[in-house]
Amino acid sequence: MPHPALAKEFTDNKERAQWHDKALWFVREKRDRMASSVPEWEDLRQHASAIKMHVMSQLPQYLEQFEQNAKALGVHVHWAVDGDEHNRIIDRILKQHNARRVVKSKSMLTEECHLNPFLEQNGYQVVDTDLGERIVQLRQEHPSHIVLPAIHIRKEEVGECFHEHLGTEKGASDPAYLTEAARQHLREQFCSADVGITGVNFAIAETGGFVICTNEGNADLGVSLPNVHIACMGIEKLLPRASDLAVFLRLLARSATGQPITTYSSHFHGPRPGSELHIILVDNGRSGILQSPEFRRSLNCIRCGACMNTCPVYRRSGGHSYQSTVPGPIGSILTPLRTPEEHSSLPFACSLCGSCTDVCPVKIDLHHQLLAMRGFLDRKKLLGMSKKLSMKFVSGLLSSTWMFTAAGRAARTALRWMPRFAVYNRLNGWGRQRELPEPPKTSFRQQYAAHQKEVTDTVAGGQHD
Amino acid sequence: MTDSSRETIFTSLRAALPESSPLPDLPAVGPWQTFDDPFARFCEVLETVGGVCQRVPDIAEASRQLAELQAWQSAAVRISVVDGLGESTVDLEQINDPHELENVDFAILRGHFGVAENAAIWVTDDTLKHRVLYFIPQHISIVIPASQIVNNMHEAYDRISVSDHAFAGFISGPSKTADIEQSLVIGAHGARSLIVFAVDDL
Repeated sequence: MPHPALAKEFTDNKERAQWHDKALWFVREKRDRMASSVPEWEDLRQHASAIKMHVMSQLPQYLEQFEQNAKALGVHVHWAVDGDEHNRIIDRILKQHNARRVVKSKSMLTEECHLNPFLEQNGYQVVDTDLGERIVQLRQEHPSHIVLPAIHIRKEEVGECFHEHLGTEKGASDPAYLTEAARQHLREQFCSADVGITGVNFAIAETGGFVICTNEGNADLGVSLPNVHIACMGIEKLLPRASDLAVFLRLLARSATGQPITTYSSHFHGPRPGSELHIILVDNGRSGILQSPEFRRSLNCIRCGACMNTCPVYRRSGGHSYQSTVPGPIGSILTPLRTPEEHSSLPFACSLCGSCTDVCPVKIDLHHQLLAMRGFLDRKKLLGMSKKLSMKFVSGLLSSTWMFTAAGRAARTALRWMPRFAVYNRLNGWGRQRELPEPPKTSFRQQYAAHQKEVTDTVAGGQHD
Repeated sequence: MTDSSRETIFTSLRAALPESSPLPDLPAVGPWQTFDDPFARFCEVLETVGGVCQRVPDIAEASRQLAELQAWQSAAVRISVVDGLGESTVDLEQINDPHELENVDFAILRGHFGVAENAAIWVTDDTLKHRVLYFIPQHISIVIPASQIVNNMHEAYDRISVSDHAFAGFISGPSKTADIEQSLVIGAHGARSLIVFAVDDL
């Protein structure tokens, strides 16, 4: 289903849509407070962007360096062209260890590869350990946000879900009580897991190590107990030097949730004594994006979610309306690049306001790319007739002075005299939740000309005195 | 299978690389934020992330304060890796399987230094046989030298060598989540509380 249809389902519940909007704006405001408390914030963004651009220009060398250093630390390094191969590699490792129970911390890459359904079909038990992800897993949903997976769910609904699955009291909705119940439940999972799977926030080419950031400590618990740790990373996650982490750790949590840093920023270099560490490097379309001068900067993304929190469309339409692992502005670039046929409506879920570009910690030119994406889809002949025709019509109207003037005059008169049903109907989507402003009597051009004349007259009059 | 995939990925990457662009220099002392009193800033930020900082002249004073702590008093299973501070009820050296540490109520651990801008403490696994002790105890305390507070993350990375340790990390406050309606709850999966003893004479 296209974005407008799914967004309509979400906005039909007006009270929930407003609550969702406010919840995300609250996070955006926290981010603003944090950003303004760091005087060199703009320098940091500039550095982060420059580091990422540099890495992308030499990605093959950095990947080789990373692989070599990781292997020297005793890490098993795997390469996966796509999601299927990534899943098969995990299956192979699990089989080697006779593993049945897997705990997994938040990883958008494993969501992208549809790892959970794959593991379940193959008879493994997989438990998402991030609280938000566990909630959506128990509800058999997908995350609606990359940092706040359960942002669309009310606490009463979490209460119902936990009552059914974890045996909490019926009707209980206190977040502290529910979190405590999840803590007890997930501790059992951590302690009985055979293998821990995690994502990777940053990998370091010069050392062969990587960093995982969480607030809950779930990634760390998940890999500190079992004897096998599998870390899954997209090939774009590399940084050249350990010192680059300073820039990115300063930006990540401040941009994501408005915290000065996540509670845990864990650095892994080689396996724990007596255990195994696997790293799977996944392409899944990334090398193709790198080849595109128009869209390659989207690979700079560090998955902080700031563009979603600020996006007026995302906040009001909910993450699920994008039907995409990564929703919001950045998802509306990454996903149509991979599956243009299914996701051609996403770059139009955007008013080109540019707020996402303003908050992006790695300075991705998001709204420019969203505009370019519309052209990309047009070249692929994926725009519907209604879009094509209306664009053609408006483009003709706006490029002719007399047509524009005539249309304006006609509208000013018609809007004043036409009956309500002729203005507020199916064709006027804009007027569905809003009242049109009172049409002015004269156009801007007429008002401007009149004002200019007044000014000239006054000046001329003054000279006579 | 994996070898040919590696080949495929590299071929695709090399097909059309972006123009080369320079890697910016990141000096330890640069345009980065510093503080008149880094220690005060560290304590202030730690409080905002749910932790507590106690500055003490020596380990003896830390011991006295620890003894008064409710979480310590009620802890049945205790582990300390700091000499002279708290008594362990379990001999960590005798434990080979980290699962046996599931029931630790309170652990006293060592940190190397703190970061003023975000209250993060740098910890490394050479001070601890089982890294799970940073995460699994109900409550933790981290002991750092009071003199060792750097201003920001750039200064932090300038003084560490990350690849010396299979595990190392920054810990800032106790474990937390806001996944249910953005309500902050302290004590998600890891420690429910963090008390930092900043010791002058260490």
